[in-house]
Amino acid sequence: MIPSKFDYAKATSVDDAVRLLAQGGEDAKVLAGGQSLLPLLRLRLAAPTLLVDVGSVPEMTGIRDDGDAIVIGASTTHADVLNNALVKQYAALVAKATATVADRQVRHRGTFGGSLAHADPAGDLPAVATASDAVFTIAGPNGRRQVPASQFFVDYLTTALGPDEVLVSVRLPKRAGWGAHYEKFNRTAQAWAMVGVAAAVRRENGHIAEAAVGLTNMGSVPIRARGVESALVGGAASADAIGAAAAHASEGTNPTSDVSASAEYRAHMVGVLTRRALVAAAGLG
Amino acid sequence: MASVSVTVDGVRYDDDVEARTLLVHYLRENLGKVGTVVGCDTSNCGACTVLLNGRSVKSCSVLAVQADGQEVTTVEGLARDGVLHPVQQAFHDRHALQCGFCTPGMIMAAVSFLADEPNPTGEQIREGIEGNLCRCTGYQNIVRAISDAAAAMRSGDTAQPAATEVSV
Amino acid sequence: MTVTDERPAEVGAPRRRKEDARLITGRTNWTDNIVLPGMHYMAVLRSPVAHARISHIDVSAARSRSGVVDAFTGADIADFQGSLPCAWPVTPDMVHPNRPPLAVDEVRHVGEPVAVVIARSRNAAVDALEAIDVDYEDLPVVLDMEAALAEGADLVHSDKGTNKSYTWIFESGAAGTGASTDEAFAQAEVVVKRRYKQQRLIPSFMEPRSVVVDPTGDVITVWSSTQIPHITRFLMSLLTGTPEHKVRIIAPDVGGGFGGKIGVTAEEMLSFFAARRLGKPVKYTETRSDSLVSAHHGRDQIQDIEIAAKRDGTVLGLRVNLLANMGAYLGLVAPGVPLLGAFMYNAIYKFPAYRFECSGVFTNTTITDAYRGAGRPEATYAIERLMDELAVELGLDPMEVRRRNWIRHEEFPFTTVAGLTYDSGNYEAATDKAMALFGYDALRAEQASRRASGDQVQLGLGISTYTEMCGLAPSRILGALSYGAGGWEHAAVRMLPTGKVEVVTGSSAHGQGHETAWSQIVADQLGVAFEDIEVLHGDTRTSVKGLDTYGSRSLAVGGIALYQACQKVIENAKPVAAHMLECDVNDVEFSNGSFRVRGTPGEGKTLGDCALAVFAAHNLPDGIEPNLDAEAVYDPTNFSFPHGTHLCAVEIDTETGVTKIRKYVAVDDVGRVVNPLIVEGQIHGGVVQGIAQALFEEAVYDGSGNLLTGSFVDYTLPSAADLVEMTTDRTESPAPGHPLGVKGVGEAGAIASTPAVVNAIVDALRPRGVNDVEMPCTPERVWRAANLSGGAQ
Repeated sequence: MIPSKFDYAKATSVDDAVRLLAQGGEDAKVLAGGQSLLPLLRLRLAAPTLLVDVGSVPEMTGIRDDGDAIVIGASTTHADVLNNALVKQYAALVAKATATVADRQVRHRGTFGGSLAHADPAGDLPAVATASDAVFTIAGPNGRRQVPASQFFVDYLTTALGPDEVLVSVRLPKRAGWGAHYEKFNRTAQAWAMVGVAAAVRRENGHIAEAAVGLTNMGSVPIRARGVESALVGGAASADAIGAAAAHASEGTNPTSDVSASAEYRAHMVGVLTRRALVAAAGLG
Repeated sequence: MASVSVTVDGVRYDDDVEARTLLVHYLRENLGKVGTVVGCDTSNCGACTVLLNGRSVKSCSVLAVQADGQEVTTVEGLARDGVLHPVQQAFHDRHALQCGFCTPGMIMAAVSFLADEPNPTGEQIREGIEGNLCRCTGYQNIVRAISDAAAAMRSGDTAQPAATEVSV
Repeated sequence: MTVTDERPAEVGAPRRRKEDARLITGRTNWTDNIVLPGMHYMAVLRSPVAHARISHIDVSAARSRSGVVDAFTGADIADFQGSLPCAWPVTPDMVHPNRPPLAVDEVRHVGEPVAVVIARSRNAAVDALEAIDVDYEDLPVVLDMEAALAEGADLVHSDKGTNKSYTWIFESGAAGTGASTDEAFAQAEVVVKRRYKQQRLIPSFMEPRSVVVDPTGDVITVWSSTQIPHITRFLMSLLTGTPEHKVRIIAPDVGGGFGGKIGVTAEEMLSFFAARRLGKPVKYTETRSDSLVSAHHGRDQIQDIEIAAKRDGTVLGLRVNLLANMGAYLGLVAPGVPLLGAFMYNAIYKFPAYRFECSGVFTNTTITDAYRGAGRPEATYAIERLMDELAVELGLDPMEVRRRNWIRHEEFPFTTVAGLTYDSGNYEAATDKAMALFGYDALRAEQASRRASGDQVQLGLGISTYTEMCGLAPSRILGALSYGAGGWEHAAVRMLPTGKVEVVTGSSAHGQGHETAWSQIVADQLGVAFEDIEVLHGDTRTSVKGLDTYGSRSLAVGGIALYQACQKVIENAKPVAAHMLECDVNDVEFSNGSFRVRGTPGEGKTLGDCALAVFAAHNLPDGIEPNLDAEAVYDPTNFSFPHGTHLCAVEIDTETGVTKIRKYVAVDDVGRVVNPLIVEGQIHGGVVQGIAQALFEEAVYDGSGNLLTGSFVDYTLPSAADLVEMTTDRTESPAPGHPLGVKGVGEAGAIASTPAVVNAIVDALRPRGVNDVEMPCTPERVWRAANLSGGAQ
């Protein structure tokens, strides 16, 4: 099908995008790569009156070193993220998870910020951002603000972004020397994650010094598996210890039952996948 | 209406289109590039895959206006001077198509994939075309064809037109 | 002089396909490519509810939208829209409700068309759908087949008083093809009974259906993405009252079908009505979402199956009781689909007694109809699953139980308990080859060691020794089964003056490679070059006669017609050649493309020479018609029966339930092979569709009758990354009774593979007390079976 009619404006800067959104009113929508939005428009599940294209706003594109963090422009494509040297070195979890997003064609168009702003609970990157202690830079009519991942994801397909705001970039604290793995579980290669686990750990003298675990599709928003993390930290970097910690994975989750899996199965799988993700992240697998 | 200026298979086009026009519809309906087809509405099937600035994209999930100022290559622009692209030749040689509806997208996805992975394993090929569905072949001969094409491209072979069987 | 024009045989050669040239370069002619002057575009409004009375519908606002030229509802065309056809009244008392192209008072499934808009652009037509005002008064929704048949059930068609369309019964004792089934079961030492569920599938051809109707010429021309242009012409003529000679149907390049494009569709009829109303060409192309909810679905049967045997494994009898979900109405051949399976439950086995009963049931769902294999995959699945269960019951290896019961190669032709005569085959040879390629014993040993060590990953081995009936079909048998048409096929061969050949076939290709295979046959028969042959099909003006493509019939029926037409051309040319060779016609022989005086080597005269001679017609013998062209219609006297042995090894991660195919071997015997590349490709594709039924695909409705799997996001077709390389090989048991020895291959893979995969999964989990996993065997279902069942599911 074809989308409903809309107007289109190409933003040249972040300020321009904010101005265009304000002009467009509440039915204006930000368009970056369009890989989530265009299928929705084609199915007429959404009908914005204006699309503000931020796909080529210079400030929103590319990846830069910012001291103790790297900053990924929201309009940077998945393909550019996963091949970036800074990302590979300092945000291996992002690189690994991004490689599993959709397929090559979609990764050529889809953007890092777009996936996060879309906030599909089955999307891979929200859990990764959550586990990565990402901080979101948001621009709006009243200037800019920083929102941590823990507050960015509000509900199913809902974020802290206001209708008049634009996600500019995402700041990821550098995690050099961490091991990382994203364990994605889906029915077919094309399918969205039934459950996903984003795991990153830093080992020190045979122990787990730091750990971060984010869960995909175990609730309406990505979930930080704090119970797993606290069970890990200070413990041995061993398969047994990891297995024991992973048993906490389903704590505080609220998975749905749908056509691809029941909540009960998801609750079982999140433990298995957490263990596998951590074993891989810790270099034990 | 929005204006769009785009180079498709080496030819520059300037048009006014509705903003909601999908790139695939622009190619098919405005430019008559009907070699590129639409197979679904959720960007799963990949039949509409073209190259946008050399990278594979699903042209059903790109607005024509988003391609403004850029370069598109379709399956119709792949053969050069009457010589099939090695991927096209390999699809023919390996019987990698039956009904042929997925074939344009499959070929374009493979061309882009091989640019990134010139020496892929069978498993990498399978993952490389995970965004393209085929209902006829079971993929086996497609995987073989892409593997053959990779070898041909690595060895620098220029594919020869297949004598009388295929003319382009 | 010796003969020097000896050419290698084309039949049997792995010819690369002629069709490819246009398909790999994008120079294709899909229906949706067609643009005609003044063409309008149709959009269809579909019911969002499964069962409701249309209490109010108003298209006037849509009609006044910019760019819109017409809009109408079912009520607007009620007096002439008629009913979409069902051509297979399987019983005289079959309940056969009307199926109007546009719903009039009541909608009976989600996706049923309720109104159309025709506009000058596609966008305008689609936009105007939003302006159509419809009120639906909900009616009770019928989804479960068993509940639908219960006393006092809500009704899909309230005026019919029942949700049962028909019950069709076969009993070997009564039919005289075998013994009484009740008596056979009375003698049984072992009886194994199971219920299997054939989930609903969606054919999912890659090209969405599209239709263009041009009423502006002397005839109405319809381009349609269909498998059946000839049947469509006949039926459209009847349904619209347009004389048949004033309707031309063209199936241009068609992007797959798998049975899904058999049918005269609502959208074809509505495009026809719209074009006729407006006097303008009208195009409709469905979206994938439209397609998944409106193109017919497949399978969806509940199978109760019961086998009686002796302790030594000898099968005594089989009982089958089926419920077949028809959906809300009857599709073109839908009632007959289970009947095509009815003759296949006995499969490759010899036993004396068999009873089959099937009831067709209406529900508030999209109609079902033929999907690759149509009845035979269901039958093969049930019997091949049950043979494994019988083996377990008897403590025998599953292959051993099969060997003890199958028809031995020296017993062909063999008349089965279902009354069919299997033409040829060698189950021993195919099985031996498959077992060797598979490494069965080594895998069994690995399985034992994984079981002993309690490995988290368990190995399972699955067998499917299948046969199928294809080459549909002897017209008399179809008549006996009350099918509304025959099963013959037509071919014509036209000799052009320059020696080139045009071949016309009534079979309508959509991926099968007719242009290549047909050229190979003709090249051998007429001694002309492969490249000098053009195959024409899919247009009722050039291919005037035919019964189209389904049921693995094209080569097995149409190929024989082609062979016969070639022989007639040679016969027609013989007197011409004799005249040129200045000899008696009885002294002329034809070989390698040339006529020669018998026993005399030399240049001879080619068919091309003869074609030129009749073109000029200056010097022909008296009484000889200046024509070499010939046509033939072949009506088979029997089906053909391909067979094979498929073996599958799966690894199951018992912690997650994920099934990974470790090894898949298919050895198929499809008779003589015209083109091994094409045959292998058909097997690959068929096997993967069957694997997809076993592991991935299911059309799922919620309790309100909404299709939850209404896009490719949720209807999970496997991609290359979900599959593995398979090993294929073949044996050849030529089909007797006709000169080419070919059988059919289009459906074999899909028939064979599903039970091989599920048998392997159940085999892996057998020590855990598992004796079935419902399809598709999703990770969750396998995980539950492996960990939670605590015994039989």
